[in-house]
Amino acid sequence: MIVDVSAEVLENVRLSPEFNVLSLAAPAVARLTRPGQFVMVRVRPGLDPLLRRPFSVFEILRDDAGQPRGISLLNKIAGVGTGWLYRAEPGTRVDVLGPLGQPFAPVDPPAEAWMVAGGVGLAPFATLAEALALRGTSMTLFYGARTAEALYRTDLFERLGARLSLSTDDGSRGAHGRITGPLEQALDALDGRPVTIYACGPTPMMRAVSALAAHRDAPVFVSLEPVMGCGMGGCYSCVVRVQAGERGRFVRSCLEGPVFDASTLVWEALPAGH
Amino acid sequence: MRDLTVQIGSLRLTNPLIAASGCFGYGVEYAGAIDLSTLGGVAVKGLFLAERDGHAPPRIVETPAGMLNAIGLQGIGVHRFVAERLPELRRLGATVFVNICGSTIDEYCEVARVLSDAEGVAALELNISCPNIKEGGLQFGCSLTGTHDVVSAVRKVTSLPIIPKLTPNVTDVASFARASEEAGADAVSLVNTFLAMAIDVETRRPKLTNVLGGLSGPAIRPIAVRMVWECAQAVKLPVIGMGGIATTDDVVEFMLAGATAVQVGTANFVDPFIWTRLLSGLDTYLERHDIGRAADLVGALDLGHPEPA
Repeated sequence: MIVDVSAEVLENVRLSPEFNVLSLAAPAVARLTRPGQFVMVRVRPGLDPLLRRPFSVFEILRDDAGQPRGISLLNKIAGVGTGWLYRAEPGTRVDVLGPLGQPFAPVDPPAEAWMVAGGVGLAPFATLAEALALRGTSMTLFYGARTAEALYRTDLFERLGARLSLSTDDGSRGAHGRITGPLEQALDALDGRPVTIYACGPTPMMRAVSALAAHRDAPVFVSLEPVMGCGMGGCYSCVVRVQAGERGRFVRSCLEGPVFDASTLVWEALPAGH
Repeated sequence: MRDLTVQIGSLRLTNPLIAASGCFGYGVEYAGAIDLSTLGGVAVKGLFLAERDGHAPPRIVETPAGMLNAIGLQGIGVHRFVAERLPELRRLGATVFVNICGSTIDEYCEVARVLSDAEGVAALELNISCPNIKEGGLQFGCSLTGTHDVVSAVRKVTSLPIIPKLTPNVTDVASFARASEEAGADAVSLVNTFLAMAIDVETRRPKLTNVLGGLSGPAIRPIAVRMVWECAQAVKLPVIGMGGIATTDDVVEFMLAGATAVQVGTANFVDPFIWTRLLSGLDTYLERHDIGRAADLVGALDLGHPEPA
């Protein structure tokens, strides 16, 4: 079931000069969304920008009785549309189409779940962490950003019982350097315990995570965010290459993704940009 | 509800709204959101004989009130379409227009034969206008003799209505409508996209891997209306108009210019639920103007002097 709702902006929390969390009144979308699914957002009426933008559902917002009342989006300014969403004022409206795409499959105990997030790649993991907490799956969030100030909303994950392993490019919080450093150390310390890894972030990061895990037989599921025109399978713009035969084949990430088993992707064919 | 039916050759459509090829997958993708039987027709993604990979991404880029695409006709090939998609489209009650492609005239004919033998195809739209592939398409669509040759060859192998989809990337589009008519087409559809280009000025690189792409969306609408009007003047065939339609007024505008039916493409990307809005909007327009049948709008342009402001 896919719905298109005109959603009121409930709150806009600007986390930094380029990141914000936009809370939207969209109970119908919130009820239907499963972990890791996305929505297509029309940032304002009119013809420019023309197309919707894809966003992972960040949080499912609930009322006091626990009923879903809306969703939030983790937004990073990357262009005109995301700029509008950064500035969106409470009381204004945006059109939200969804939920769309294949969700994460949350792993059950005794396997552990490790979520590896780079920058705005944190977005699909709040819903996954909720699902993992319900299953009683032990989880860790590996989360890297440029600086300590750019590590957002770790409280959401701590509240759900996730351990945190952080890194920053400048060493201002957590490990100094890329998040793949702490991840590799943790993999080396696994000692045979089963783990399933979920990753979202810049393509080089996801590719590196996939390579590290492949050596240790840990399954990796990545959430991709390619350029997307419609989100419905109509336009064929969001294709990624998956392994098939000698050369592989293009599949639509809006329908067959955005979550993919990393071992099925042809990484060389993915654009390096995020 | 007023009478929204329109006639394309021997084919009667319940209303003039057709989902445009290349913008609607194989139709089945949208079955979870809308009832395909409520559309006048569903033009599925262009099909060659064999499967095709398409171009490497990025395949689209947004431009003011429009977008460029260079998908490269990724597709499952006509045999898989008939086996895997057509039965579902039939079950859903869709009026199926199949957009067919070929690198050679023989390939167009073979694809047409396969579809003529299948159950559930309402019409063939001949793609002689894709701007994004090297072989086929434009080599026929930009040449009057090429257009004539491919249309008359397909005419010989099928009794299905055939509708050449014309490119706007020519000086005189009406002459291509005439060539189609002389070669035995049942209708023409236009416009396909305008060959275009966008450059990232920071990297100095083209924004599309294919360098060039086709421009669609509201940005092209006035040019498309002009071309539809020119073709409607030039031929007796029904004209199916498209190019940037996003509102009821746009539908009416194309019909007044001479389109018997219209296709909606890019706007469906933005709003997959656009169809019910356009249908009720068209009905409201007819009621407001006290017009009994949508077909009465076709070519009803009033060329009298404009009213003073």
